[in-house]
Amino acid sequence: MIAAIAFYVFAIILLFCAARVVTSRNPVHSVLYLILAFFNASALFVLAGAEFLAMTLVIVYVGAVAVLFLFVVMMLDINFAQLREGYQRYLPVGLAVGLVLLVELAMVLLGWQVAPDAMNLRFAPIAAGTQNTVQLGKLIYTDYILIFQVSGLILLVAMIGAIVLTLRDRGVSRKQNIAAQLGRMPANTLVMMDVRTGAGIGELGILRPEVAEPAAAAQDDHHHGAPGAGGHH
Amino acid sequence: MLAVGLGHYLVVSALLLVLGVFGIFLNRKNVIVILMSVELILLAVNLNLVAFSATLGDLAGQVLAMFVLTVAAAEAAIGLAIVVIYFRNRGSIEVEDVNMMKG
Repeated sequence: MIAAIAFYVFAIILLFCAARVVTSRNPVHSVLYLILAFFNASALFVLAGAEFLAMTLVIVYVGAVAVLFLFVVMMLDINFAQLREGYQRYLPVGLAVGLVLLVELAMVLLGWQVAPDAMNLRFAPIAAGTQNTVQLGKLIYTDYILIFQVSGLILLVAMIGAIVLTLRDRGVSRKQNIAAQLGRMPANTLVMMDVRTGAGIGELGILRPEVAEPAAAAQDDHHHGAPGAGGHH
Repeated sequence: MLAVGLGHYLVVSALLLVLGVFGIFLNRKNVIVILMSVELILLAVNLNLVAFSATLGDLAGQVLAMFVLTVAAAEAAIGLAIVVIYFRNRGSIEVEDVNMMKG
């Protein structure tokens, strides 16, 4: 009885939040309502006995995705009032499509029944007395290991893609130029000189570094930064 | 087992899905709210999967819901990265301005 009341409360809040997400004037409010919607959805998951998934929803969505949305909304200087133009114009179309979809779903829901042998077709029956997380972990790391690895790969690709897309190289990083280091010839850096006995290196002109060297070094490999930074001067 | 019938869960998730689709049509200019609407739709899918999983006592539905969650997170990250780089290039995130490739 209490569980049923809780279900209705969470469901009503969830639907209200979802409606506010799509109709809010300010996108920041939309994101905040989205966070509340995810909280209520995870409460519904708990009521359905999927504790691990509920906690994952809170951690992944509230902790990561919603904060990401919030960052983007606040970081970009967007004229949101301008984006609201045409709101009234799109309203009838949206309502019509939503209504059609709702009627279709209602028709499916009304004329739908569980197959008689559905209980025999179960893939991984829930064992009584075992924790949800334990059972889910056993299933993921045995039967679904391949899909699990692939989903990890998807996350990796998404991470690399997001970094590649948004990374701006301003040319200030001092990274090692291995090709320039390996392609260095002795003639570029080494000068053979005859030194008379007793002569100072100052009068022979072999005092190093030469005065002109920093400019020349900056010219031929300017992305090394200061001369000597790469360790080969 | 569910505290309330399976039909209640299905109705809630159907309404959530309709709200998500409605949001896509309503905020046709704002990419960020469209992405949020897609998140709502995927949440409705997850709710359906969990409800069926609990009714039938089959854990495979929850596994599938977890993978949907993973893909949804990846999709949100990539989508927002594209929004950021698009805003950097054009100074706006209107969907109608997305014509640089003249597809």
